[in-house]
Amino acid sequence: MPETALPVFRIEATKGWRSLKLGEVWQARELLYFLTLSNIKVKYKQTLLGASWAIIQPFFTMVIFSLFFGRLANIPSDGIPYPLFAYTALVPWTFFATGLTLASNSLVGSANLITKVYFPRLTIPLATVLAGLVDFALAFPVLFGLMWWHGVTPTAQVVWLPVFIALAFATSLGVGLWLSALNVEFRDVRHVVPFLTQLWMFATPIAYPSSLLPERWRTLYALNPMVGVVEGFRWALLGTATRPGPMILVSGIAALALLIGGAFFFRRMERTFADVV
Amino acid sequence: MSSDVAFPASHSRTPTPHEASRVIRVSQLGKQYQLGARARYRTLREALVESVVGAARSIGRGGTRRAPERFWALDDVSFDVAQGDVVGIIGRNGSGKSTLLKILSRIVEPTRGTVDLEGRVGSLLEVGTGFHPDLTGRENVFLSGAILGMRRTEIEKKFEEIVEFAEVDRFIDTQVKHYSSGMYMRLAFSVAAHLEPDILVVDEVLAVGDAAFQKKCLGKMGTVARHGRTVLFVSHNMGAVVSLCSRALLLDGGRLVLESDPITVAARYQATLTAAPTATSDLSGAEHFGSGKARFVSLRFVPERRDGTTREMMCPGSRLRVETRIVCSASVDSANVGITIYDASGYRLVDANTAMQGRFVSMNPGDEAHVDFSLDDLRLKPGTYLVGLWMGRGNVEDIDGILYAATLEVEPDPQQLQHSEQFPGSYLCAFKHSVVISGPAANVARSGVRDEPGQRSAAGASR
Repeated sequence: MPETALPVFRIEATKGWRSLKLGEVWQARELLYFLTLSNIKVKYKQTLLGASWAIIQPFFTMVIFSLFFGRLANIPSDGIPYPLFAYTALVPWTFFATGLTLASNSLVGSANLITKVYFPRLTIPLATVLAGLVDFALAFPVLFGLMWWHGVTPTAQVVWLPVFIALAFATSLGVGLWLSALNVEFRDVRHVVPFLTQLWMFATPIAYPSSLLPERWRTLYALNPMVGVVEGFRWALLGTATRPGPMILVSGIAALALLIGGAFFFRRMERTFADVV
Repeated sequence: MSSDVAFPASHSRTPTPHEASRVIRVSQLGKQYQLGARARYRTLREALVESVVGAARSIGRGGTRRAPERFWALDDVSFDVAQGDVVGIIGRNGSGKSTLLKILSRIVEPTRGTVDLEGRVGSLLEVGTGFHPDLTGRENVFLSGAILGMRRTEIEKKFEEIVEFAEVDRFIDTQVKHYSSGMYMRLAFSVAAHLEPDILVVDEVLAVGDAAFQKKCLGKMGTVARHGRTVLFVSHNMGAVVSLCSRALLLDGGRLVLESDPITVAARYQATLTAAPTATSDLSGAEHFGSGKARFVSLRFVPERRDGTTREMMCPGSRLRVETRIVCSASVDSANVGITIYDASGYRLVDANTAMQGRFVSMNPGDEAHVDFSLDDLRLKPGTYLVGLWMGRGNVEDIDGILYAATLEVEPDPQQLQHSEQFPGSYLCAFKHSVVISGPAANVARSGVRDEPGQRSAAGASR
């Protein structure tokens, strides 16, 4: 694009909350692309099984869940075969949990960049979560395989699926922004994350259906945005008759609040990243 | 200014009349840091305790809390830079140079003051920013280029050039972790060298690679500078500053102490360096090799004029006295004691030892010996050199040795600085020379240049 006038910029101390400067992120979209690409390329470098890890992780979790929760504990699954029931939830969950974990370490891991060159810092956690979409795309076809195996055909509701993927993305990035910014100053985050994802997993209807909860609690329950994601996935793909509408709405609002709050918090903390990291 | 003509075609823009003036305006810039462990990352508990205690105190009496120790890394610095200026920033370590560059490249925020910038800023504070060892050379060129602020089309267009400049074409699809350090540096620098922002901020990245590549890098910097781009350049290399820059700033203790032409600033900088002209290096902590029957305990450089008086700094052509002190713990019989001067990449340049003069050192336990070497007319070019020490009997035993015992700084002679017009590249040795110009050009030369270099140094000697 032709440069008619030189961009003018003022550097000064800023206070309090700052604007998100999403325009700057948009201008850095090529950088975002290359960061994401290198995240993807680096992820499975020098591994024996390579990208099949993206399938192995949710698949074997599903197998274990099916054995312990499905067989032994006899947990109900809304009339869906348990393995399919669990895997449908595990695919978006794995995307969420890996995205969140990698994003929370992303800034500290990029300390050498942050202290040496300026670019919109938001691109760093964003690129890690974006890179996770590749894993998601790899694990997803297996889901169709399972559906075919169990003779389940997707309903027309499947067109809603991108909304739930976006919801999972927003949640993962939202939490990732909070944690990555906190991690720069408080390395406690590193220890919190594994614990947090574990707890969060049990607070999300992955191994069990949310229909176990009384109807009036479900909306409150959906304040955990991953509830909306998981219920949405099951509803869109497997046609569970759980009527997840209100839950998804609540989850959507919660996810948006997490994301926007996270972005502003990130921008606020950003000014000291290079000094502290 | 001719720089407008030389502006590269890729920046197809017409300079407005105003633009010829200031593209960087720095006004009362300050950056404060906290000292000590508190400045590092805290744990959550500390932060919580602190805020609770702080709140309790402020409720209780207020203001009794011990203020953390702070210091201004940069204090009230103001200057302007005009379009096309190449500004050298000089100062000792800790003078605030890097902080200034970090603020200008938007990496850290100032504590107070403002900077107004017109144009795209590209900063090179390190060679290899954004390089990932697991990616191939090709992938890294794109990644690092994008991080430094290049557009993809721009990188694609310059890709061949970048690879050619780095001389790594055969390995471009190999992961860079398999590169030799030289190849890695060359590729990294090459990417950086092809960055074409309106304002370029460079921190001493020239000191990479072997001598031949350094020469190429300095040449590239010279080209950038001549192309009318605004450049801010931090360096310890006075030669590079004087030959590349049109203006220079001297920082000391976070303050801007002098802003002038590079020669004046470089001369003043050198004057500030001479606080300890004859520093003694204590060698007790150095890495020794050899039997240890005797040890070098200290080393001192004393630059001298021809008449034997001590001068403030080591300049090309000065006499250098190297004083060593040796303490003996087991008897040593007719040992040879020697020094070696290496260049910064470890090539041996000069050696001197007692055996060359037919002298040997014998000592008994408890003895202390002083072996002083005088190197007359040491014609090393300005730069940093390493000095190694050795004592032993040739091919028989090493009694004590220190590979790199101390660094020797050779500074440009302030009296000759104004006539130093360095060609890009690094040169190590100087020698006395004179010039005879005959033919039609002779008149012009005589009126233009009064003193020929050879005559100057001869005059300097008699002073």
